[in-house]
Amino acid sequence: MVLTVEGLVFRHAPVLPPVLNDIDLMLAKGEILCLLGPNGTGKTTLLRCLIGTLRAERGTIRIDGKTSSTARQLARKMAYVPQASGDSALSLLDTVLMGRTPHLRPLALPGRRDHDIALMALSRVGIERLAQRAFNRVSGGERQLTLIARALAQEPSVFLMDEPTASLDLGNQTRVLRTLRDLAADGMSILFTSHQPEHALLIGARVATLADGRIAHSGPAREVLSGEMLSDLYRTSIDVITLHGTPVACVPRI
Amino acid sequence: MTANRINTAERRQAHAELTPPTYRRHRPGSMMAMVLGVGGIAIFSMRLGHYPLSSAAILDVLWSSLIGQDSALGSAVDNVVLAVRLPRVLAAILVGAGLSSAGAAFQTLFRNPLASPAILGVSAGAGFGAALAMLLSAGGVMLQGAAFAGGIVAVSSAVFIASRLGRGSVLLLVLSGLVVSALFQALTSALKFIADPLNVLPAIVFWLLGGLGQVSLSDLIYASPFALGGIAVLFLLRWPTQVLEAGDDEAKTMGISVRPLRLVLIAAATLTTAAAISIAGTVGWVGLLVPHLARLLVGQTYSVVLPASALLGAGYLLIVDDICRSAFATELPLGIATAVLGAPMFVVVLMRARRQWS
Repeated sequence: MVLTVEGLVFRHAPVLPPVLNDIDLMLAKGEILCLLGPNGTGKTTLLRCLIGTLRAERGTIRIDGKTSSTARQLARKMAYVPQASGDSALSLLDTVLMGRTPHLRPLALPGRRDHDIALMALSRVGIERLAQRAFNRVSGGERQLTLIARALAQEPSVFLMDEPTASLDLGNQTRVLRTLRDLAADGMSILFTSHQPEHALLIGARVATLADGRIAHSGPAREVLSGEMLSDLYRTSIDVITLHGTPVACVPRI
Repeated sequence: MTANRINTAERRQAHAELTPPTYRRHRPGSMMAMVLGVGGIAIFSMRLGHYPLSSAAILDVLWSSLIGQDSALGSAVDNVVLAVRLPRVLAAILVGAGLSSAGAAFQTLFRNPLASPAILGVSAGAGFGAALAMLLSAGGVMLQGAAFAGGIVAVSSAVFIASRLGRGSVLLLVLSGLVVSALFQALTSALKFIADPLNVLPAIVFWLLGGLGQVSLSDLIYASPFALGGIAVLFLLRWPTQVLEAGDDEAKTMGISVRPLRLVLIAAATLTTAAAISIAGTVGWVGLLVPHLARLLVGQTYSVVLPASALLGAGYLLIVDDICRSAFATELPLGIATAVLGAPMFVVVLMRARRQWS
């Protein structure tokens, strides 16, 4: 297992009920796990516990069998892809170069080798021609791909992504999903949160649903996703459309 | 493990195909031009004054003193160059470079283009320290030390208050700086109110307007270790500082220990600024304006903007100080000149830079 989470508990204050209650997760090499759940169930909180910006009360997080104690150690193994916001005026290349930080010697600047890795990462997501363009001068989809490239430049074992397709048009959603599928095929392990269950179906991901601070269902998307389960999870009637016996789309009833 | 690594052969290929137009780690050319520019302006500045001197004479005196001899031009000339003009020019370079580096660091640290070195209260604190020293009839090194200490005390209070209010918030830090500045300005006003209006009050007012007219070599000797040390720390930490631009949480996921880094940067920028103010008085606008000028020239990358700001700031303050001492019959206070020139220049820079922000 590349990522193992055992018995993770998080609460915002000691007197409050836990936001995350005894979470167990496993992620194998080359596997994609899609974390589903209604707004406010703690998907982002779980991600923030994993990347170390929130401290869990209990539980262990192991990557490649080891726990990480410093931000630098963790950043070499796990990369975080946030939702793209657009106010940075840095070039895409400079943005991706930031991902080299955990591999740099203290006080060093990225060198030629780091530039090469950054360019490779940009070309791997297909936007190397935009390397010198400013981050706030490219489209939302290109920004998301740039942040994926930045995570790639960290050379991690695990990708964590917070709603990577949020606020993207259908074409850009597809490009991002295709990139995720290709990365997983090359051996990257990916955990992402989403509000669109069919994305998990599209890229053959495993699904875990989070409700009331616990993992409710877990398994391959095509087995776990059913009208009954989704209706229960989101508290509204949802139909799952199947084609040749496999589920392909989730449609809510108004 | 290896599947996720970008292997060497792929890297070489990427290198061959993509490197020539995009690999530009430093811009040694433009930096070298700026260093030469500052040197040229410094020599020119030393020519200005009641006692006219040629560039050759100045270089002759400087060279002779470097190799430990008296120049052929006589001790009067040596004295004018070494005891009067050289300290002033060095002070302008130190203050301009220090304020501009601190400004560039704070603008990146606070992710706010309107941040200035004074944002955490260092100027207000230094002003209070200086006013208190003058009220107690202390001068020279005591006055300089009081200004320096006042600046450090003010920023430390702001950082302490912010840490009590909530850990790790940049916004709380800025608000605490605002509160501390207002308090120290009020205290300075109180000192002015009780100061003897015939001699102490004018001295306080004059100090607060800023100026390099009184700078001696010993002032520089006390202030420069702090100013240069602070600039050096900011320079050495330019890469992790640049990563902070991504936001605190994202920087942490890229391996930056955000809070310790922020404290070190604040300490370095504050030492630099306090040292600059202790020699020059409260000189505004330089630290706000110069980093924006630097971005117009060298682009948005902080690791390049920082050294460019230091060099441009040195050149800028040399020129403004030249104007202060040559434009009118009496010397114009430096703080007035930097504000009068800085405000319209800032508007021009804003018009040029607007595209990059909105």
